[in-house]
Amino acid sequence: MQLRDLAHARTGDKGDTSQICVFVRDAAQFARLERLLSAERVAAHLATLRPLRIERFVLPNLGAVNFVLHGVLSGGVTRSLALDAHGKTLGAQLLDMEIDDA
Amino acid sequence: MRSIRIGAGAGFAGDRIEPAVELVERGELDYLCFECLAERTIALAQLARRHDPSAGYDPRLARRMRAVLGPAMARGVRIVSNMGAANPLAAMNAALDVAREMGLGGIRMAAVLGDDVLTSIVGEDHPLIDREGSLADLQPISANAYLGAFPIARALAEGAQVIFTGRVCDPALFLAPMIHAFGWAEDDWTRLARGTVVGHLLECAGQLTGGYFADPGYNDVPGLARLGFPLAEVGEDGNAVLTKVAGTGGQLTLANAREQAMYEILDPARYLQADVVADFTTLQLAQAGPDRIAVSGVTGHPRPETLKVSVGYEDGFVGEGQIAYAGPGAAARGQLALDIVAERLALLGLPLDEVRYDLIGVNSANVTGRAPDPAEVRARVAARCADRAIAAEIGAEVEALYLNGPSGGGGVTTTLREVVAVASILIGRETVTPSIVHGVS
Repeated sequence: MQLRDLAHARTGDKGDTSQICVFVRDAAQFARLERLLSAERVAAHLATLRPLRIERFVLPNLGAVNFVLHGVLSGGVTRSLALDAHGKTLGAQLLDMEIDDA
Repeated sequence: MRSIRIGAGAGFAGDRIEPAVELVERGELDYLCFECLAERTIALAQLARRHDPSAGYDPRLARRMRAVLGPAMARGVRIVSNMGAANPLAAMNAALDVAREMGLGGIRMAAVLGDDVLTSIVGEDHPLIDREGSLADLQPISANAYLGAFPIARALAEGAQVIFTGRVCDPALFLAPMIHAFGWAEDDWTRLARGTVVGHLLECAGQLTGGYFADPGYNDVPGLARLGFPLAEVGEDGNAVLTKVAGTGGQLTLANAREQAMYEILDPARYLQADVVADFTTLQLAQAGPDRIAVSGVTGHPRPETLKVSVGYEDGFVGEGQIAYAGPGAAARGQLALDIVAERLALLGLPLDEVRYDLIGVNSANVTGRAPDPAEVRARVAARCADRAIAAEIGAEVEALYLNGPSGGGGVTTTLREVVAVASILIGRETVTPSIVHGVS
């Protein structure tokens, strides 16, 4: 089972910071999503991104866990040499995380 | 309770034209707002204005105005947009010309000025807030403060039917009509926060109503080719219902609204805007019918004492080249191509500030470190340097792989572009004095 079965995600950017918010599909599964998604696990899954710092915010009112990854966008969209300079594809990459079927 | 209806006519400069017309004609709107100004766009617009004093506003302004001005004015729908970019006054004059061409006389328009703070920050030093460094390290070509909603609300109170701004906080485009219609005070933090969150939900237009959401088999969205843009029915308490015109494509479900609510939000308890600090941890969203989402519960805190300023600066040139490989061993040949170019760039000793090597199909966007063998790849090299001619060498070195590189390379593309980058600083809000200029068609 993949995180994609449990959740959907949207990614945004501010300067050199990427923001990935993960949303549970079924409200009854929120505690599980919150348990699964530690900042360490997110960093380990996005293995080559190597953020300077990760912040994690839990929003039970929106069934969401929000990750703020600092220093990952090569200076930000206006100067990055990356093709996906906004880092818009990062959230989808997180969704292929393998999770327990329980 | 009194309410007003505000539509989102565009979520970025290149957005579709027809959804705004659909909103005006069938959305029973009071206001239509167009958010068309990305961070870097205003710096590029500033460069355009330098070459031509009557330029520097959104190049699609006339086209959008031709499409919506007639039906909007016929129905009493007032228009607010940041299409003024680096030159709101010229934008207003261009829109007045469009109105006159269309035989629409007597339309009152306004330009909101005062966001351009370049002359007042020159020589000052401020730390950059979104990465390492300080203003003194840059050669600014533009500096625009994010204004709030009150100057726009004032233009509405003074009678303007169509308003062009430069840099303002995106949600402020939508908050301004609420302030005008309901007479909200500058320290009514709860209502300002609620209106800001509604504006934030609307500012990306179709990204609320099913755009940027489809994932076949997981999130299926109907009718994306005729996506309907959103509108909000906002009450005088700042709570709202989001919806879209019946029969348009897309969808408005809790999942769509949640994604847009959190889009580009860092600390959800402190969403900093010029007019207020909004707290998203108290936001409640509920499905209130098909394609209807009720928004309530947001709380607010006093506005910051500083305003964010986007500083545009010239940042050299970027040269790039790409070449494709397919068939067995495509990734290995692509990697060899990159290694060859890396060795060549070292041999040539070019003064490059930064070089990036990608295998598109393997690791250009993918950061998981996992990559099954692809059927095709594109090897890509991009580099930044101060000199245009040297940047052009990057594409030339990739192109030379045709005859000097691995087997089976094809489809070379090369590009060269001048970089205008953007950094952000904070300045005291007392340094900014917005003003309004009116015109009539």
